[in-house]
Parts: sequence; C-alpha cells; structure tokens
Amino acid sequence: MSPRRFPEDVADDFPSPPMTFDDRSGRAVEVRAYDGSEPEHEALVAMYTSFDPADRAQGIPPGGESRVRDWLEAILDEDCFNVLAWCDGEVAGHATLVPDGDGESYELAIFVHQDYQEAGIGTRLIRGLLGYGQRHDIEKVWLTVERWNHPAVSLYKKIGFETSNAESFEMEMSLRLCASEDDE
Amino acid sequence: MKVLCGIGGSDDSIRALERTVDRAVTADDDVTILIVENPDSPRSTPEIVDRAQQTIDAAGLDADIRTVEGDPGSQLVSIAEREEFDEIVLGGGQTSPMGKITIGPIAEFVLLNATTSVTLVR
Repeated sequence: MSPRRFPEDVADDFPSPPMTFDDRSGRAVEVRAYDGSEPEHEALVAMYTSFDPADRAQGIPPGGESRVRDWLEAILDEDCFNVLAWCDGEVAGHATLVPDGDGESYELAIFVHQDYQEAGIGTRLIRGLLGYGQRHDIEKVWLTVERWNHPAVSLYKKIGFETSNAESFEMEMSLRLCASEDDE
Repeated sequence: MKVLCGIGGSDDSIRALERTVDRAVTADDDVTILIVENPDSPRSTPEIVDRAQQTIDAAGLDADIRTVEGDPGSQLVSIAEREEFDEIVLGGGQTSPMGKITIGPIAEFVLLNATTSVTLVR
C-alpha cells in the first residue's frame, strides 16, 4: 500500500468526554468513553441489531446479531478507542478509532442510530472521540467515506478532515490530531 | 462458460483465484488467469504466477495463465472483449482495520467499462 497522506497542520483541541448536552429535539444526551462492562456492551449490541440497513456503509455495521458481535469484538479490543452517546439508557451513537496495521495511525468510524439522526449528536460524538484520542496522544486519524455521502463528507470537513485520496469509489480523508514526537 | 479471472496479487485477488478454480472444476468452465500489474500488491509477479500455477495444479484444472503489462483495468476489459469471454472475475475489495470494504481502482474501472458480466468475489 502507498503511504497515507496527512495534513501538516495539527487540528484544534477537541473536548474530552464525558460531556452532556441537549440535542436539537431537546433530549438529554451524554457522550462518554466505553467502559467495557457487560451492560454497555449489550446496549451497543442492541443499537446495532436494530440499525437501519440503509445506513450501512462499506459493509458495516454487518447484519444479524452474531455478525454484529464478531465485528464488535474486533473493534472493542483494548488497543481501540470507543466513545458512546447515551440517551435515556440507550446507545444513540458510537464512534471508534481502530489502529492501523502500521500501529501509527487510526481508522475512524461513527454511527448514529436512525432514531437519533439529524439532532446534532454525530458532531458532538466525533468531537468527543477526537478529544479522547488527543488525551491519549494519538497523532494520525483517517477514514473512508462514500463520495456521494455529502452529509458525512461535510461533517468531516467541518471537523477539520482533509481529503487525502479521491481516486477510488470511497474517498479517504485524514486529520493530524497531535504533533508527532519528532516535531517537538 | 469462458471466464477471465484478473489477479494483481492482493489478498482479495487470491480469494478470487481460488473461487474461480473451485467453480471451474465443477462447472467445467474454460478459465484464463490474467496476472495484471497492481502497484499496491504485496506479492511480486513471479510469486503470483507460482501461486496461480499451484492452485490450478492442486485442483487438476487445465487453465491458461497469462501475464500482461500496462494499465490493468483496460487490459482486462479489452482482452475480455477481443477474446469473447463471458465473464470477468475479480477480488471483491480489501477490508480496512475497521472492517470497511474498499473497492480498488482496477475493479472500479472494470465495473464501469466492461461489456461482459463482472463477478466480485467476497
């Protein structure tokens, strides 16, 4: 694989979870780091097993409970960073950073359940995840997004992601979260 | 069926090779394996040729293996047209650390330009 490109400038500081706010429908939402407990794990499984298949992107989340559990096992591993948005005891959204094979950069993904979309939760959730990543000195973050998914692309741009590869079906975007140690 | 299996050496193309050979044994397909240049491949061309030869030998299949240079997508499409293949088979995309499937530029070109059916192997 050719090396990924990342912006030279470091992104702004993001807020670190936990954080609470009211969404645009007036619902109280809390964004906090996943704690690895059984109840949190099961609440996340419940969000994904009722996830609208129309909101799948590039094959994830997978369909069916057993596939969801297998997939979550990989991305809830200790070397990943996971943040959840909670509303009324349910998981409304989930954002994750999964380390790349090279161990230097992290792939980002975010999912908001269809009952909680277009309420400003996604923006808070991704900012909270990036704040959590900054607290853990993660330097580089990248993602892929389908080119026609304009709401997602504009969210990522607003956050500070820059397009790093637009040659495939899926557009790759990247962000420099913290200055690298060599620069300091 | 006359099948053209395009492989560049990525893991998903190796899966496409194996599936094509397996299917050919039962369906009696006439298979040509076309080894194309893929700059992102972790395997060298001689390694891929060996891998293809081993796969067809193990299955007891009589298939052609050919290596082409130049732009892989347009080579696949034009050979399929010129030699009247029924189908092009390709790898169905790489999986990211997150589990996202990404389709590479070769598959994208072939999907949009081929006049034959195209199968992406998952």
